[in-house]
Amino acid sequence: MRTQRRIGVLLVVSLMFLAVLSACGSPAKEAPPSGDAGPSSAAGGSAPAAEAKAKIGFSISTLNNPFFVSLKEGAEKAAQAAGVELVVVDAKDDPAKQVSDLEDLIQQKVDLIILNPTDGDAVVTAVQSANAAGIPVITVDRRANGGDVVAHVASDNFKGGALAAEFIKQALNGQGKVVELQGIPGTSAARDRGEGFHDALAAAPGIEIVASQPADFDRAKGLQVMENILQSHPNIDAVFAHNDEMALGALEALEAAGKKVIVVGFDATEDARKAVEAGRLAATIAQRPEEMGKIAVETAVKVLHGETVDKNIPVPLDLVTKS
Amino acid sequence: MKAFILERLRRSGPLLGLIVLSVALALTTPHFLTVNNILNVLRQVSINALIALGMTFVILTGGIDLSVGSMLALSGALAAGMIHGGVPAALAVALALFAGAAMGAANGVLVARGRLAPFIVTLATMTVYRGLTLVYTDGRPITGLGDAFGVIGRGYLFDLPLPVLWLGLGFAGSYLLLNSTVFGRHVYAVGGNEEAALHSGVATDRIKIWVYTISGLTAAAGGIILTSRLNSAQPTAGMGYELDAIAAVVLGGTSLSGGRGTLGGTLVGALIIGVLNNGLNLLNVSSFYQQVVKGAVILLAVLLDRSKAGR
Repeated sequence: MRTQRRIGVLLVVSLMFLAVLSACGSPAKEAPPSGDAGPSSAAGGSAPAAEAKAKIGFSISTLNNPFFVSLKEGAEKAAQAAGVELVVVDAKDDPAKQVSDLEDLIQQKVDLIILNPTDGDAVVTAVQSANAAGIPVITVDRRANGGDVVAHVASDNFKGGALAAEFIKQALNGQGKVVELQGIPGTSAARDRGEGFHDALAAAPGIEIVASQPADFDRAKGLQVMENILQSHPNIDAVFAHNDEMALGALEALEAAGKKVIVVGFDATEDARKAVEAGRLAATIAQRPEEMGKIAVETAVKVLHGETVDKNIPVPLDLVTKS
Repeated sequence: MKAFILERLRRSGPLLGLIVLSVALALTTPHFLTVNNILNVLRQVSINALIALGMTFVILTGGIDLSVGSMLALSGALAAGMIHGGVPAALAVALALFAGAAMGAANGVLVARGRLAPFIVTLATMTVYRGLTLVYTDGRPITGLGDAFGVIGRGYLFDLPLPVLWLGLGFAGSYLLLNSTVFGRHVYAVGGNEEAALHSGVATDRIKIWVYTISGLTAAAGGIILTSRLNSAQPTAGMGYELDAIAAVVLGGTSLSGGRGTLGGTLVGALIIGVLNNGLNLLNVSSFYQQVVKGAVILLAVLLDRSKAGR
């Protein structure tokens, strides 16, 4: 009996250990935009030597994902074009490794650090160390939730929403009923994509948004909310979903109801691209990681030359339709 | 006499709430009270209601099962994976149901034989099963599951959506199990007073293992229906479903401390949540207010139940 109990405890402890591990491992995708304090273009104390080749450190969250590989390639090309040296370090999605990566870069006395955080909170101390060493930091894609960051380069969700609106406007010839499926209320992606969409449609009086409902970026909820909306609005012409998951869920509801409706998603996931090629999904919005890397390095070069840069630098997006 | 009326009221409290909510919606939107929409709500409710039926057994024994959403995801992913691997749909469904039951049984063994708090056990296995789902799917959805499997969630029997039929069968089965068998009486006994049940010869450990097994089975059934409806197994499917299921059970008047409650109440509780979701969409209520309304309705319903119970 006693050993039985011990074995039980052992089992559960190991289970809980696993649970804790996996809970730690899940990265916070939607890093909340923190109140970025500090001056926007303080390029630190270190003016780069005019003649010596400038050295930029690039700490990337992972290279085990095509998105970030493209990000790195874009940065490398831009560095070559600008004639600066780029040192790339791969954190392999491990926040602890990233912190030591950043410390290494500080030791190497790079002139500037481009940081693509694995985790917005875990990198804060490293950003502060860089600040203390007078090395300016630029973040890419995800934000750091503290420390002084000169600029943040990321996809322009607002423009993406507008891009979707333009596509729908053209496809409907400026005339029709549209449904919007919103992401998790309060997230920056849902807010920006929605605002961009609404702003762009404000100039199209023929297009009416008959329903704007949250489906929390989730495919099952996308299906369910679309089914409900179809009850009160059986005749709609287009759907814009703040991400592809909801768009694909809505598509199932629409197809089950035998309706042919223009559905536009966001993110260009693998599933969504397939659905676009199959002619089911009308379009999706794709991020441009290579462009993001290029803009990050170009911004870095400007900072090194003492130019003022914007605190938030948007990267344009692409509309993906059937080729 | 007064006590009798109060007792009747308590029993019909959840149903009263559902009727009030439905009447309010029928008056505010013409799209609510249509045959189409009612079938739509029933179909949407079926998954949560099935999970909540299993959850009712667990809560009646004084336990809780937080791992239902993860068991749903893993069972759905296993079914989809097997179908992708060429296993016939019927066999894949049977094996996925078995896998769900096995996961539930593991919960039950840890709770009963390990003498551990159900909250902790199922909190841990919730993460373990979710992790296994991510490992199995490699974090990607499994799509393209064929027509035979699609019928389960998208098919009709005459005009009745099949998920509603599965819910009906699940309800009938669990109702008989809880109300017409020795096992059912023992479930109430364990939740009412475990010590007394043990002394009067109830194999409390075995009862506990079985209720978690039932919960795993109904979660797997929900997972199969959801996967079929979406024509895709999502690695993140079912996140937060445990809260909806628990809410349905509690809204239905089942006591969280066990021993008191009915399956009919749970069904009504699930319907309240489903009707509420449907109504908010039909009325196009702003996303920020939706959460306030949902929480407020749950609080109100539970408060009503509590005041009527007089404890």
